Amino acid sequence: MRILVVVYILWLRDMKRFMRSPSRVVGSVTLPLLTLVALGAGFGRIPIPGMNSPNYLSFLVPGMVGMTILFGGVFSGMSVLWDRQYGFLKEIMVAPVPRVAIVIGRIASGSTTGVIQATVIALIATFLGFALPSLAGFMLAVVFMVLISVIFTGIGLVFASRMKDEQGFGLIMNFLILPFLFLSGAFAPVNNLPAWIRAFSYADPLTYGIEGLRAALLGTSAVPLALSFTVCAACATVLVLLGAWFFETSEAV
Amino acid sequence: MSLIAVRTKNLTKRFKRSVAVDGISFDVNEGEVFGFLGPNGAGKTTTINMLSTLIAPSLGSAEIMGYDIIKKRNEVRRSIGVVFQDPALDGRLTGRENLEFHAHMYGMPARERTSRIAEVLALVELEDKASARVETYSGGMKRRLEIARGLMHRPKVLFLDEPTIGLDAQTRRHIWTYVKKLNDETGITMLLTTHYMEEADALSHRILIIDSGRIVALDTPAALKDVLGGDVIELGTAGDTAAFVDAMRSAGWVKNVAAGADHVRLTLEKAETHVAPVVQAAVDHGVSLSTVSIRKPSLDDVFIHFTGKTIREGGDGPAEAKAARRGQGRRG
Repeated sequence: MRILVVVYILWLRDMKRFMRSPSRVVGSVTLPLLTLVALGAGFGRIPIPGMNSPNYLSFLVPGMVGMTILFGGVFSGMSVLWDRQYGFLKEIMVAPVPRVAIVIGRIASGSTTGVIQATVIALIATFLGFALPSLAGFMLAVVFMVLISVIFTGIGLVFASRMKDEQGFGLIMNFLILPFLFLSGAFAPVNNLPAWIRAFSYADPLTYGIEGLRAALLGTSAVPLALSFTVCAACATVLVLLGAWFFETSEAV
Repeated sequence: MSLIAVRTKNLTKRFKRSVAVDGISFDVNEGEVFGFLGPNGAGKTTTINMLSTLIAPSLGSAEIMGYDIIKKRNEVRRSIGVVFQDPALDGRLTGRENLEFHAHMYGMPARERTSRIAEVLALVELEDKASARVETYSGGMKRRLEIARGLMHRPKVLFLDEPTIGLDAQTRRHIWTYVKKLNDETGITMLLTTHYMEEADALSHRILIIDSGRIVALDTPAALKDVLGGDVIELGTAGDTAAFVDAMRSAGWVKNVAAGADHVRLTLEKAETHVAPVVQAAVDHGVSLSTVSIRKPSLDDVFIHFTGKTIREGGDGPAEAKAARRGQGRRG
């Protein structure tokens, strides 16, 4: 109960901040959207071997949904650094609340914005010719959106709990994020990759997230749905706990 | 016998290259306003950060209301309110929203929340501004909002870290009034850090002087001034003062002589009756005087007495740089 109140108020604060900075709302979907338009329109009608979907655009949409959430998660980490820089982190850290509640609160708001942004991407994609799935398929997609969000917000928070400067955080995140993204099969089928690279792809949680999204949105995927879900749920759990531990032991100043 | 609100034993914080707080031990009684006086970088904020559980001590221990700051962190957090040196407000939220956030974080029930927010807003006279975003507040208003927030959950001990730094003189007086009123009316224990002498003097029941992480003195303001043993005659001087200083040291009625590049400071009782002989002696020893002033000893003199240097007021210490940054308020 106590934890829920704390999660709620942290979530509410982030939501207010999000709604009050329109540039953030627009900026966060720009890159995935541009990628979707550029690649989707360019390659949209070309069938690519091994991609299990009617056309490249449908294949790309779940990838871009995953990418949106990936960036959103990292951004949540960045917001911790801003809170540190602008002092508000001290207000949070000096409060008598379990650190796990602080981490879950952040993840809750990160997931909410992530799901909103990703849904916007999916909706815009329909104008380019993407066919929306059934309601059940969409709900399943939301489940995967949330899981991906938890994983990458968690990773962002773990780094943010120990880092103080924004530039350094940005650098490390880019260094981490791009491999996660390119290995995940967001742009091209994982099965087309050389075997040694594919090994890395299967170690990338985003691969399972995006394959899960494909299963939900397209009804077809390279990884069985149950496996995708299990891996994502396990990674998400681990990262929540890891995040809580890092916050428990971090110094707020 | 009064109860102990804060007790530290050999509290120490080492950073990579420096020792910020070097084994300090002191007790703060319940209901006391305890002043923590020292120059920038003396270890005041580091001490507050340790006592408020934000950073862990390297060595030693401390208790707040009987709770150990390492083993009972949540109980400590519940017992304290903190007004940080740099504002810890969310500029994108309104004043009221900042307080609501705080109330939720401290688990206040819904009914109490509303009434208490109204109460603390009234206390710091911010009712009119409660619905404006904090990024539009002035520095003084932000401070007052933070004091209100620090009091919301009725803490037993309130930490005020440099509560008036970067504020104009009028706002500073205002904050002093709040602090005094609070302590008088609620009996809340306060630990206040400052590098302003007159602030420590005006507010504190007892003052701890800290320099380079060590305690150099701890007593009531009056007792600290008594240590100096009387009034001060300060002479603005030009020329070689060595012979004059020797003469003054050998004069039986001068208790203490401190000489600087362009001044000599004498401590003695009944200063007004000794001005003439002092001036005569200066003339006799070829020292030309630009100014002569008599005053009751200030904490400045106390500080010099204990540390051998003047406190660095103003200037470009790190705290000042932060205050300047706060003024720009990029994101609030």
